[in-house]
Amino acid sequence: MAVYSQKAFKNLCSIASTMRGAPKIPIVILVMVCMAAIFAPLIAQHSPTVGSLSDRMMPPFWAKGGSLNYPMGTDALGRDILSRVIFGTRISLSIALLAVFFAGSIGTTVGLVSGYFGGPIDVFLMRMVDIALSIPLILLAIILAAALGVSFTNIIVVIVLLLWPYYARQVRGETLSIKERDFVPLARVANCSHTRIIWRHILPNVVPSLLVLATLQAAFVILVESSLSFLGVGIPPPAPAWGLMVGEGRVYLASAWWLSFWPGLAIFLTVLSMNLFGDWLRDRLDPKLRQI
Amino acid sequence: MQRYLFGRFLQTLFSLFVLLTIVFFAARLTGDPVALLAGEIATREQVEKLRAYYGLDKPMHVQYMLYLSHLARGDLGRSIVTNRRVTTLVVQRLGASLELLGAAVLLSLTAGLVTGVYCAVKRGYRFDLLGRIFAVIGQSLPVFWLGLILMLVFAVWLRLLPTSGRGGLSHIILPAVTLGCGLSAGILRLTRSSMLDILSTEYIKLARIKGLSELIVIWKHAVKNALIPVVTYFAVLLANLVAGAIVTETVFAWPGFGQLLMQAVIHRDFPLIQGIVLFVGSFVLLANVLVDILYTFLDPRIRYE
Amino acid sequence: MEKRITSLLEVENLKTYFFTRRGVIKAVDGISFYVKKGETMGLVGESGCGKTITGLSLLRLVPEPAGRIVEGRIIFEGEDVLKKSPTEMRKIRGSKISMILQDSMTSLNPSFRIGDQVGEVIRLHGMVRGRTLLQKVIEALRLVRIPDAEMRIRDYPHQMSGGMRQRVTGAIALSCQPSLIIADEPTTSLDVTIQAQYLRLLKELQEQTKTSLLFITHDFGIVARMCDRVAVMYAGKIVETAETRDIFDNPLHPYTRALMSCLPKIEVQLKILATIDGQPPELGDLPPGCPFAPRCSEVSEKCWRYYPPQTVVGRDHGVSCWNVHQYQNGESNRGS
Repeated sequence: MAVYSQKAFKNLCSIASTMRGAPKIPIVILVMVCMAAIFAPLIAQHSPTVGSLSDRMMPPFWAKGGSLNYPMGTDALGRDILSRVIFGTRISLSIALLAVFFAGSIGTTVGLVSGYFGGPIDVFLMRMVDIALSIPLILLAIILAAALGVSFTNIIVVIVLLLWPYYARQVRGETLSIKERDFVPLARVANCSHTRIIWRHILPNVVPSLLVLATLQAAFVILVESSLSFLGVGIPPPAPAWGLMVGEGRVYLASAWWLSFWPGLAIFLTVLSMNLFGDWLRDRLDPKLRQI
Repeated sequence: MQRYLFGRFLQTLFSLFVLLTIVFFAARLTGDPVALLAGEIATREQVEKLRAYYGLDKPMHVQYMLYLSHLARGDLGRSIVTNRRVTTLVVQRLGASLELLGAAVLLSLTAGLVTGVYCAVKRGYRFDLLGRIFAVIGQSLPVFWLGLILMLVFAVWLRLLPTSGRGGLSHIILPAVTLGCGLSAGILRLTRSSMLDILSTEYIKLARIKGLSELIVIWKHAVKNALIPVVTYFAVLLANLVAGAIVTETVFAWPGFGQLLMQAVIHRDFPLIQGIVLFVGSFVLLANVLVDILYTFLDPRIRYE
Repeated sequence: MEKRITSLLEVENLKTYFFTRRGVIKAVDGISFYVKKGETMGLVGESGCGKTITGLSLLRLVPEPAGRIVEGRIIFEGEDVLKKSPTEMRKIRGSKISMILQDSMTSLNPSFRIGDQVGEVIRLHGMVRGRTLLQKVIEALRLVRIPDAEMRIRDYPHQMSGGMRQRVTGAIALSCQPSLIIADEPTTSLDVTIQAQYLRLLKELQEQTKTSLLFITHDFGIVARMCDRVAVMYAGKIVETAETRDIFDNPLHPYTRALMSCLPKIEVQLKILATIDGQPPELGDLPPGCPFAPRCSEVSEKCWRYYPPQTVVGRDHGVSCWNVHQYQNGESNRGS
């Protein structure tokens, strides 16, 4: 037991030192978003889906007619926008996590196999990747939504289809270079199976750059999902998806700008924080990567 | 070079087939393609006509052949709502979309390239810092939100520009800026990093050793090489540009194919949706090949292999 | 010393420092030397000793903003280069002083044909165009013995071999008839057989055109073959300078002697290849005094604290060492 806690402590210390110099504001924002997602029912003052019609179209608290009860104002159905934005974090984060997880898994597997085995498998898989990357996925997203309807699952499937090639490409590149290093042929000599080599030797070295990619992709996912929701082919109403909220508020732009403004701001700040953090992560890990 | 282009061409053909096939199956996945293709208020004889046209009672491979033969003749079916030929509708809209795309690309290329070059040259100074901040903001802004905010500020509050529609120069500014923003941010970053690499090369040192003025060193020697990765970036970007165009056209009611597409979605006009997806998708694939050809002209190393 | 009368280039106490976040790196720390008209001067030392930066400093092309020439005078053809305006400098570069860089694959722009690259510098300084320009380009290529010059001008750099490319960089350097060419390790990236060819070509051209040559290298063998005089650099300082003959016959500075002993000599059978103990110093972290002190076999207390001034021994043989008097009598130190 003592050994485990020592190890854990050591790990924490190394994480802490790795995090030195990290961009503070983006991390604070991201932590806030996560907290909001986890504790939404506790933080939000009102229901995100049920509104009070007598309080519809109220402006933010500093304007005439606004109130601190609804700090960001209310929408056409009298729903509190702040509460909806808070609950919206759940949607954005869960889609980001799920999409990145699935796309990352598929893409990494393809990349590892392709890079490690090479030959015709590699050629074939990379052709698939190129084809997947050249077709504008948004068109397919729209047509699939039109055919099969909009739903949470559908949008995840579409985004995963959009995302996996990026992982495949990057992982393949890394696998190719790792494969050249000494310990791989050595492992083969020691009669390790291919799976074992990939799992224990190659994969751990690929993880750092995967983390960077995942962070940046998460930001991308949120942008894609919100665009699709804005257009009406993403998350269906009455869910408090940020993109959807912006879309719904569009009609009232001139008279009630806050309907579209706040959810859009939430998207922007979240994506910005993820991008800044991911960039910093990449700069931090890159020189280290070369030292391995 | 011939071999390289031929390979790319083949690949494009494959991509095209993948696109066509996915679209083909999209309608038929639901189990009741008739409802999709005929619309909700079709009469019995309309339904019969469509069934014959698409071959819906025949086996799948026959349907597919029929589908391909329609496409070969440029027949994309008819819109449910207006009963006009889809091909005609799409072609009508093409001009507007090209105008928007062209303006956005032009704007972002100019802004992105010039700023990127300057940031690299003045690395570490304030301009560089501002440029990089702008770049990361530009890539984090949701296109639709940016469009709405710009519209709100410039058209509604300040009344400087029109809110929507296509017309003269004043009409295209906001949509072009909206669409071009993310694009220019990407170009800026890429140009900057590309230029930074190039500015530390030996041949730039030699250019200075020759006694050339700094202006020529940068704009003649450095930029030409820096453009190469930017062009490659374009190929990747084209798909994203389509998404941005659809959103921008929706926000600004710009009469391009994007707006047509979203209207078709609202009206559940499936044949129109299908037609637009096919048309635009193929267009993008073709553009990709053109970009590749352009790339070979920029990089002599590829040309002479 | 006879330098004042006929020297083309006189460097006095040149200091080029780099100002980085980690501190000041004194890449060139107070060096002085001169180059006479028509002679080949060698600048020799390990990598990192500051010889390349010296070459760049002469052209005032030290990488900014980190690098800066902080002190010194560079008198070229009677005028201080450091006092010239950017426009005047640009007139000098390429036409009066030019440079040959080490790796021809990276020093030629991959996107331009070599005819254009040679023509560019001729056009800039010679103000010629059109057919005259073309003629001059072909002449320049012929001068460096590139066969089929008229065909070759349309080639791109990657279509040529390494040796050919390095001749092109030579053509660029020679095309405007400069008074001084700085050659920065021009043969390091060439095959050994091509190296000899190239050096011979350089020597012939130099004699033909009476251009002065500042030859920067780490290879004493090349120095023996090419240079009339040589200066040995270590950690940003010139530790010894003399005519080539004298340096080989009578190396005085412990560093020079150590370098000499590293050269495998045919007549001596060596069991173990000699090396110099220790590592080249961190230029940002130099102690006061002589930078070679940590590795010197003759080091004394004084060496750590004060940098020795230059002592002149015999005819034009300068050395900066506190312990040089021990070898003053020209004792041969070969094969030690």
